[in-house]
Order: sequence, then C-alpha cells, then structure tokens
Amino acid sequence: MRIRVAALAAALCLGAVAAQAQQKVKMPIVIELSGAGAVSGTNFRDGALLAIEEINAKGGILGRKIDAPQSDTQSNPGVSRAQVQKALDGDPYVLLGPVFSGSVKVNMILAQQAEVPQITGAEGAEITQAGNPYIFRTSFGQQMSMPKIANYIRDGLKAKTVALLWVNNDFGKGGRDTFMKEMAARNIKVVADVSTESGQVDFAADVVKIKSANADTIFVYINEEESARFLREARKQGVKTPLIGETTLLSQKVIELAGDAANGVRGHVGLTVDAPVAAVLAFRERFFKRYKYLPDHNGLKGYTGVYAVKYATEKTGKFDRKLLAKTMHGLTITPEQEPGVLVEATWDDKGDIDRISFLAEVVDGKQKVVQILPKLGK
Amino acid sequence: MADLFQLLVAGLATGGIYALVAIGFVLLWQTSQTINFAQGEFVMLPAFFVLAAMKLGGLSFSLAILIGFAVSLVVLGLLFKRLVVDPMIRHGVLPLVISTIALAILMKEGVKEFYAADAQPFPALWATTNFSVGGAVISVQSLVIIAVAVVAIAALQYFLAATKTGRRMQATAQNPTLARILGIPVGRMILYTFLINAGLVALASFLVSPIYLAKFTNGETLGLVAFIAAIVGGFNQVRGAILGGLLLGVIDNIVAAYLSAQYRAAIPLFLLVAVIVFRPQGLLGRAEERTV
Repeated sequence: MRIRVAALAAALCLGAVAAQAQQKVKMPIVIELSGAGAVSGTNFRDGALLAIEEINAKGGILGRKIDAPQSDTQSNPGVSRAQVQKALDGDPYVLLGPVFSGSVKVNMILAQQAEVPQITGAEGAEITQAGNPYIFRTSFGQQMSMPKIANYIRDGLKAKTVALLWVNNDFGKGGRDTFMKEMAARNIKVVADVSTESGQVDFAADVVKIKSANADTIFVYINEEESARFLREARKQGVKTPLIGETTLLSQKVIELAGDAANGVRGHVGLTVDAPVAAVLAFRERFFKRYKYLPDHNGLKGYTGVYAVKYATEKTGKFDRKLLAKTMHGLTITPEQEPGVLVEATWDDKGDIDRISFLAEVVDGKQKVVQILPKLGK
Repeated sequence: MADLFQLLVAGLATGGIYALVAIGFVLLWQTSQTINFAQGEFVMLPAFFVLAAMKLGGLSFSLAILIGFAVSLVVLGLLFKRLVVDPMIRHGVLPLVISTIALAILMKEGVKEFYAADAQPFPALWATTNFSVGGAVISVQSLVIIAVAVVAIAALQYFLAATKTGRRMQATAQNPTLARILGIPVGRMILYTFLINAGLVALASFLVSPIYLAKFTNGETLGLVAFIAAIVGGFNQVRGAILGGLLLGVIDNIVAAYLSAQYRAAIPLFLLVAVIVFRPQGLLGRAEERTV
C-alpha cells in the first residue's frame, strides 16, 4: 500500500514538473560573454534578460513564461557553433544571439536546418544575403548603415579624402568592403586603408600610419574595446582630423573606456540609449536601475528583439516557429502596438531591419544626438 | 622622418614594459630555475588589485596604487614562492612550468569570474599631453613610461651590483651551494628575487593598463613577448632581457607601420628562431655548457 502511495505521489510530482516545463517557452541566449566580444554580448544578454523579466512578470507570452538559459561563445565562431547546436538540441522556440558576425555566419545554418528563428545583433552585410528565412536582425546591416555614414561624410563634413581603419574580422571586412563601395559611388578618395586585428592592444603604429595619410577625415570601424584603445592612442599622438565612426566608436562603453579621448568623435548610430525618444530614455533608466551601468546599442538590440518575438507570437496566437518566421518577414511593429520595441521597426523579406537612426557626437563624455535620420523606407 | 621618430619613441615605451617583464623571467630563472609561464598574468593582475581597492574599498587612485603594489608583493612574490614554487621545484623544472601554466589559467578565469570579462578603464598616472619636436608629436605618456622603466632598471642594476644584498643574490644565482657554504641565506635571497619580480610586474601593470585597458586577457601577449625578449637578449643576463625587450618593442612598431600589421605578431617568433639558430645564448647572453 505504502509503495502504491509513494509511486502515485512520485507520478504526480513528475507530472507537475513536466507541466511546469511545458508552460515555459525556451529562448536560449547564445552570446559573447568573454573574449573580444564580451562588451557587446554582455549588453545584448542583459537587454534580453530585462525584457524577459518584464514579460514574465506580466504573465509571459500567451500565458507561458520565458526560460532563457545562457551560454558563452567566448567570441569564438567554433565555440559558438557548438553552443548553438547544444541550444537547438533543447528544442527552443527562438534563438537569441550571437552578436559577432563571424560567429553568426557559421552557426546560422544550424538554426535554419532546425527551422528555429534566430534573432541576432550581428551587422555583417552578407548574413541576410544568404537566403536564410530564419535569421532576423535587431540592428542595421552594413548595407543599410554605410550609405548613411557615407552621406554624412560627403554632405556633413564635405570631405574629399578619407582614411579608413578597420578590424580584420567578419564584421570589419564586411564593413570595409561596403564602405569602399559607398565612397567610390560618391567620388571620395580613400587615401589610407589600415587593417587592425581583433583584440589588438597597441595602436601606436596604426595611428602614425593614419595620421601620415593627411586625409580630410578618419573613419574608424573596429569593435568597442579596440575603439577605446585607438582613441586613447589618437589622443596621445595629437590627432586633430575629425574621427568618424559607425555605432561602435560612439558607444557608451567606448566613451566609458576612452574617457576624454572620446570627446569630439562623431558618426552614425543605429541605436542609442541617448536618443531623444521618451521610450528609449525610459528603457535607459530601467536598464541602469537593474544592472548599474548604462547599456550601449547592444542592450537595445537584445531588449527589442525579445519584444519583437513577443508581438509576432501574440499576433499569430500560437507557438509555431515556422509561422513566426513567416510573420516577421514584412512585419512592422509600432510602439503603440508593442511598447517594448521602443521605436517603430520593420523587417523586410530577408530579415533586415529598418527604423529611424541618428547622427551623434560625443560631447563632455556623453553621446549627444544631433540629427534623427528617417527610416530608409520612408 | 618625423613618423619614424614617433614610432621609435612609442616602440621604446612598449619595449620598456617588455623589458621590465623580461627581467623578471631572467631573475627567477637565474636564482631558482623557475620559468614562470604565468608572468603575463602577473602583469595583468596588479591592475585589478588597484581597481578592486578603488571599487570595493572606496580608496583614491594613489592610495589604491600603493595597496595594489603591496598586495602584488605578497601574492605574486611571497605566496607564489611559498605555495607554488617551493612545493614543485623539488620535482624538477617541467612540473613547475606546468604548474605556472595552470596558475595562469586560474588567474585569468578568476579575474573573469569575480571581476569582469570585459575591459575596464584604468586611470593614467599622468596627464595625456603631448608636444611637437621637428614635426613629430611626442606623447608625454610614452616618455614617462620610458623614464620609469629606465629608473627601475638602473635602480635594480645598482642594487644587484653595489649593495651587499645584491651581491649575495648574484652569488646565489651563480652557485647556490657555494653561497650556502659561505653563509649566505640562500632561501632569503631567492625570496628577494621573487619580491623584485613581483614589484617589476606590478610596475609594468600600472604603466601598461592605461593604454591596453585592464582586461583578463592582457597577459597572454605580454607574457609571450617578454619571454621571447628574454631569450633573444640572453636568458642568463639581465642586460640581455633589457636589450631584448627594447628591441622587440621598436621592431614591432616599425614592422606594423611599414611592412605588415597582420604579421606583427609573428615578428618576435621570427626573431626567436633566428637567435636560436645563429646565437643560441642570446644577443648578450653567456654560453653555458651542460654535461650528461
């Protein structure tokens, strides 16, 4: 009799655990938590977790709470592939991350084969050109952002020559190739083309090379930590030429790391918590209260990505991965429809995102938005 | 020409830091046959001692530097010798080398886990100003690094050559058995060497972290380049380590600017191979014979 009671109790417990597990929807975060991409990955992860906490506190998506196990790609494409495979083995609804283009390029095929929508913060141009119906960006691809920065160099700075400094990884190479095309289209001469290494710590020689090119402006396209080291070295060597960047160079983390050396830096930012948009500023406050640091654009990518999934899922009314991917193509979400997306965003048939963006400048250690650029589709 | 001059100054500053770290390799090897493959991480860690003192202890930067220096002497000098070297050295050089590799991993992962995985800003000891000489912009920061490295190395050389304790340390390095017979406290002399090494790496850490930013991976390249610098200069000569460090710093900058930034990391290795082939004892090293 006792055995029967015990067996019944055990069965009930198992049933309860299974039911609870079923109630949760899995959204694993596979991201750069160490290595060269730690800044980007940590911001993305924290942004996503903040959104998940908010959504879970309000009852989840369609009544199911989100479970978001995390794994570290170590900023290594090979490790990221293994971690994505491990995450996919857990039968997730959606995959969040990674941020580094090199990692996404090697692991997105796995998510595609498993028919799992993947929300990435990567900006490499070719990621959405591969015909993968399951990849979705939460920030501009380089093919969207480089024309904007090129227009600014031509019209805003009236530059005829530019010196280019880029990082020799998938993010940098994609950006460099797109930038060169945009410069050629505007008859702006690239007088120095300097490649640097991911994780590089000493920029003395690179700054000397860039300076000696005597260009009208210097365009810097490297990752956050390297951007800060470059800016410190540029300050050391007394560089006076305008330093222009695309998102990373003006990010909050770079400003924090570079200190005074970041002052005067200008450029285009796809996303920024300093944007003069009430919802974005409110997000900035919530993020700071939760994590005690100010997020960069990657924090916004993670946060808005989760809310985009929430909105699209509620629109379809069920947890169907294929249907989710199909729904997100061509989808526009306004803040009125889903406040968590913060600003209106549209995904095209390739998974590229379109939204407003900003021209900004670093003044007194703070990013100051000087102009809002409209959506490309408007 | 102005560019070359700028590169030379920047290279000497980098080389000065390599030299400080390389000297530590040589000192430990000479007195205790210790090859410390955690030497790079020894440079990484003091910066985090300082940051932790500021963040957790609420101390000012100058006070935190003093605390960081003192903690470095204890942890990277005294405790390293007592807890890692002393128990392992009796088993030979190889187990000790493996232990220091393990220690390096432990230190990196420890900082990543308990402090931060991303880079942290580290205040500069001086203002980042510059001045112009014949068209070349010279950074005061680089000059300060060179000056501090030169003073530290000169003080060390004076200590080793002109003080009683220094000469006892040299005697210990040359023949520990005979030194012991002559009444020199060999154990204490070896401990002094470890403390000097800890002081040198702490100094290197405070000089390099404002430029490289404080990050748990900082030791990887620094340790390797300093090790190569010590071999290139001569692993049994402090002046060899100085030459090796400065040489690598200057060559690295000039190669990156005029030849290839992509292959700059390979240059120290090419130099190492060339030295091993053509002058195995190093540029300023003494040939030593070993018999079986």
